[in-house]
Amino acid sequence: MKILVAVKRVIDYNVQIRVKEDGSGVVTDNVKMSTNPPDDNAIEEAVKIKEAGKASEIIAVTVGEEKAQETVRKALAVGADRGIHIKVDSVLEPLAVSKILKKIVEKENPDLVFMGKQAIDDDCNQTGQMLAAHLNWPQATFASKIEVKENSLEVTREVDEGLETIEVNTPAIVTCDLRLNEPRYASLPNIMKAKKKPIEQINASDLGVDTNPRIEHIKIEEPPKRKAGIKVASVEELVQKLKNEAKVI
Amino acid sequence: MSVLLIAEHNNKEVKSFTLNAITAASQIDQDLHVLLIGHNADDVAKSLSEVPLVKKVLHMDNEIYENYIAENYTSAILKHADKYSHIVCSANTFGKNLMPRIAALLDISQVSDIIKVIAPDTFLRPIYAGNAFATVKSNDEKKCITIRPTSFEAAETTGGSAEIEKVDAADKTENTKFVNREEIKSDRPELGTARIVISGGRGLQSGENFKLITDVADKLNAAIGASRAAVDAGYITNEHQVGQTGKVVVPDLYIAVGISGAIQHLAGMKESKVIVAINKDGEAPIFSVADYGLEADLFEALPQFLEELNKLNTIQK
Repeated sequence: MKILVAVKRVIDYNVQIRVKEDGSGVVTDNVKMSTNPPDDNAIEEAVKIKEAGKASEIIAVTVGEEKAQETVRKALAVGADRGIHIKVDSVLEPLAVSKILKKIVEKENPDLVFMGKQAIDDDCNQTGQMLAAHLNWPQATFASKIEVKENSLEVTREVDEGLETIEVNTPAIVTCDLRLNEPRYASLPNIMKAKKKPIEQINASDLGVDTNPRIEHIKIEEPPKRKAGIKVASVEELVQKLKNEAKVI
Repeated sequence: MSVLLIAEHNNKEVKSFTLNAITAASQIDQDLHVLLIGHNADDVAKSLSEVPLVKKVLHMDNEIYENYIAENYTSAILKHADKYSHIVCSANTFGKNLMPRIAALLDISQVSDIIKVIAPDTFLRPIYAGNAFATVKSNDEKKCITIRPTSFEAAETTGGSAEIEKVDAADKTENTKFVNREEIKSDRPELGTARIVISGGRGLQSGENFKLITDVADKLNAAIGASRAAVDAGYITNEHQVGQTGKVVVPDLYIAVGISGAIQHLAGMKESKVIVAINKDGEAPIFSVADYGLEADLFEALPQFLEELNKLNTIQK
């Protein structure tokens, strides 16, 4: 069984986001970049399945600018076998990314495609479901547990009401939640080994996919700031403030 | 222009977030139709028809819709999509799972999780865990939109009398099967709509200690939330998680106990009207968004808090 894992390079989750003054976006110069956190869970799960002898190959794929290769390299360091980097010059919408990934799926014929449930930059939560639609494959989103069966997966999903379990026939798309597993760190020897693993580079423009933006970003601005609050000295004072000042209890 | 809203329900009742989505949808265009896909859900159809903002209910009833499967819903919705300028639903796990599948098949670039309707093609949405707001204009002819429910008031539920039209079922997928759902029943208010939320974090140190939180929640008739750290540590189940990848809550009062206030947690609660933080670390980032901060050991503060609440003559419910 072959697993394709899609990963995205995003601003590190710990970085305090700063909005550009001209309203064109957020500051990315000299800002720490990392793999989108749930994409790390996606890679980890693929590696675990391979370690359990149920997968033969893991391919890590990313769609992004030149430096996005680092994200693929990191996936190789934790256990992916080879990488694919689809080069693009601008930030693409999930619709365009899903069309590109469809081309890669058609070329590589994986049995499973894993990715994070949501990217923490645009917070769209679309790409996996869109790819599933293009391929007419079943989708299991927000996965917190995956059981590999013969020709199917049983996936437990984190939903608003609690947990839901579905069974999807393979080939299938799974989008991973943060509690699916504990992503491992790459060891130094594995980081060295990953440098020798192949990463194929493909220009998005060679794939014959319409990647033109459909959504115009008119303005990016800072959210309204909260008024600074006060510190209270005691529980008694807190309750009095909530009762008589805020009038919420 | 007319808008098709996809209802979320359990075949007995409309889920409350659908009512918030109805308000947002009606701001896009008043010609608002609701598509109800379910099985033996006549009561749901009737209650939707009584929502004054709803002009028509399309009711698709078939046993294949006993459980919500995104693939089956998608083929059902696509049967009706061509008559509408906008297809919308709530941006919770229901709508997040569903809408991109529809959008992709219609070749539409979806606008996710809007918090404001600026014009029928222009919306405000948070990005980067709410640390930036983007004003976006969709240039697709048809739009697929998901709506952050807590950013819109719930629609009135009585006084309307929309027509209910029965429509035929669509194809069923053979590739996805519903197995089961573990729904935790609770008498408490729902996290997403509660007037008061009290949340616990890693500072609670164990699942047993969450009793300190539940005692106060009982007194205040509050919903219980949690940080990701508390859920990851197994102190409490996942449906309580508040944050960027959990639930977004906007209660009148949010009480964060033993939560340091990572960016990802703030994303889920910082629009709350009044925020209280109880934390023994005076430097914790949660204090930067708190209206009232109490630097204290939660194991002493929570029992005291309950005691002080017990002294009050009245408590708003």
